[in-house]
Amino acid sequence: MPSDATPSTENQPARLSVPSILARLAGIGVVILCLVGGFLYLGGWFTPHELTPARFVNGFEKVYGIHSGFRRNHAKGVCVRGFFDSNGQGARLSKAVVFRTGRVPVIGRFSFGGGNPYVGDTPDAIRGLGLMSRLRDGEEWRTAMINRPVFPFNTPQAFYDNLIASQPEPNTHKPDPAKMAAFVASYPEFARAAKIIQSHEVSSGFDNSTFNGLNAFRFVNAASVSTPVRWSMVAVNAFKPEDKPQSTNPDKNYLFNDFIARIHSAPLQWRLILTVGQPGDPTDDATIPWPEDREHVNAGTLTLDEVEAETPGNCRDINFDPLVLPVGIAPSDDPLLSARSAVYSQSFTRRAGEKKEASAITPSDVQK
Amino acid sequence: MDPQQFPASMRFFHWLMAAMVLTMLGIGVAMVASLADYHQLVSIHRPVGILILVLVVIRFVNRRLSTLPPFPATMSSQERFIAHVSEMLLYTLLFVQPLVGWGMLSAARYPIVMYGPLHLFPILPHSVMLYAALRKAHTVLAYFLFLAFIAHFGAVLFHTLILRDRLLTRMAPYRAITR
Repeated sequence: MPSDATPSTENQPARLSVPSILARLAGIGVVILCLVGGFLYLGGWFTPHELTPARFVNGFEKVYGIHSGFRRNHAKGVCVRGFFDSNGQGARLSKAVVFRTGRVPVIGRFSFGGGNPYVGDTPDAIRGLGLMSRLRDGEEWRTAMINRPVFPFNTPQAFYDNLIASQPEPNTHKPDPAKMAAFVASYPEFARAAKIIQSHEVSSGFDNSTFNGLNAFRFVNAASVSTPVRWSMVAVNAFKPEDKPQSTNPDKNYLFNDFIARIHSAPLQWRLILTVGQPGDPTDDATIPWPEDREHVNAGTLTLDEVEAETPGNCRDINFDPLVLPVGIAPSDDPLLSARSAVYSQSFTRRAGEKKEASAITPSDVQK
Repeated sequence: MDPQQFPASMRFFHWLMAAMVLTMLGIGVAMVASLADYHQLVSIHRPVGILILVLVVIRFVNRRLSTLPPFPATMSSQERFIAHVSEMLLYTLLFVQPLVGWGMLSAARYPIVMYGPLHLFPILPHSVMLYAALRKAHTVLAYFLFLAFIAHFGAVLFHTLILRDRLLTRMAPYRAITR
């Protein structure tokens, strides 16, 4: 600190003794070590057992292996294009541009859960639909939904622990029952959610699957009123359970190929249904369904009329980060949302720089 | 006698940006390691990064227009050279780092949201390979920035506590009386 009490000899303060110099040097060292340590602490270096986005994605890579250039989860997929026609009904809940009457272009991706990009189609595999709407003023709305009525986990830790517990054993090619039992015991919400999921019959194809956002969001309208909302894309094509000839089809991509044939014969449609939460409905727990009698608002229709194989620059190179939201849709207190955003980003970053292998569904598969 | 100080405007930019850059480095390492706070931290990191980009340009122009105080007599000509080069290196890093951040978000085709509906235009075409390279560069540059900060901070502490040449007073946030 400056002071005018410094004595005579210009710019030459009294000499420091050797111990004093050493003590001061040590002090400088300690301050710098603290700074470096603080940064390492923030970066999670001292908490190696705490989940980070990188450790989460390492878990996917451990279970499914590394498939160069592919998403670490929902690896198998196909791109679609179309548009969303808003009927204006959603505007009373959200001021987002997407809910004003009008049309916005949409890029999407149908997928299967899991990290294997060449996995054979099975009816029970989780079907995913990622959508990206480009709004008029340059804002975007991205969402990634699945064909399940609830999510089986309500924390990122539960998701990760399940991922690790369900890793097939090298000998049996099945998860270790003891590990799964331990997982189920430590996360009681999993069994409750699984029961709800099992009571829902799976449809015969992507075209008649309903895709649910599952996480709650806060919709904010022009009057700044905030409402908890969950959304679904409800298939216009009538529900039909999978029939025998389908499930014995030897084609490894029979569900994707069925979808490609259908979209070529006619555009496929879904209705965007907003479920309006009431005070007390959980917004931070995606394993719990909201009561059946909650108000449903039909906000418009999604039409998909083009299908493409994953190629450079299309849906392959988009991260369907569920927290890319327009003004008027905000995240809720659901802990899965920020975690999904973080893990998707980590997966995207890793695959972005890798050599891209051909997808299971190739450009020739999507020809008319 | 008190050394001559940098002009008030330069000292203002110095401390403002020191606080911002240190905070940004902290947010940066924390957000890539965080699940729960990732979204919140990224939402701060983006606009503050762009603010730093704007400020560093203004700061550089201001520096060119200002009269700099002479180096203290305790600095040798090599030290002066190193100080000058590292200053220019820091300016370059502070300019390039946010630009790389903006560029990588552009290449990943993320919307570059500042606040609410306010967002920036992309400065690069959609290319995931480009994104991957820039994303790596962003990390490497952050390490360089942190190292540069540690070196700068350590050198100033050395001068101030060991040589006691009142080097810090030149950039002190308060006004020191010059006689």
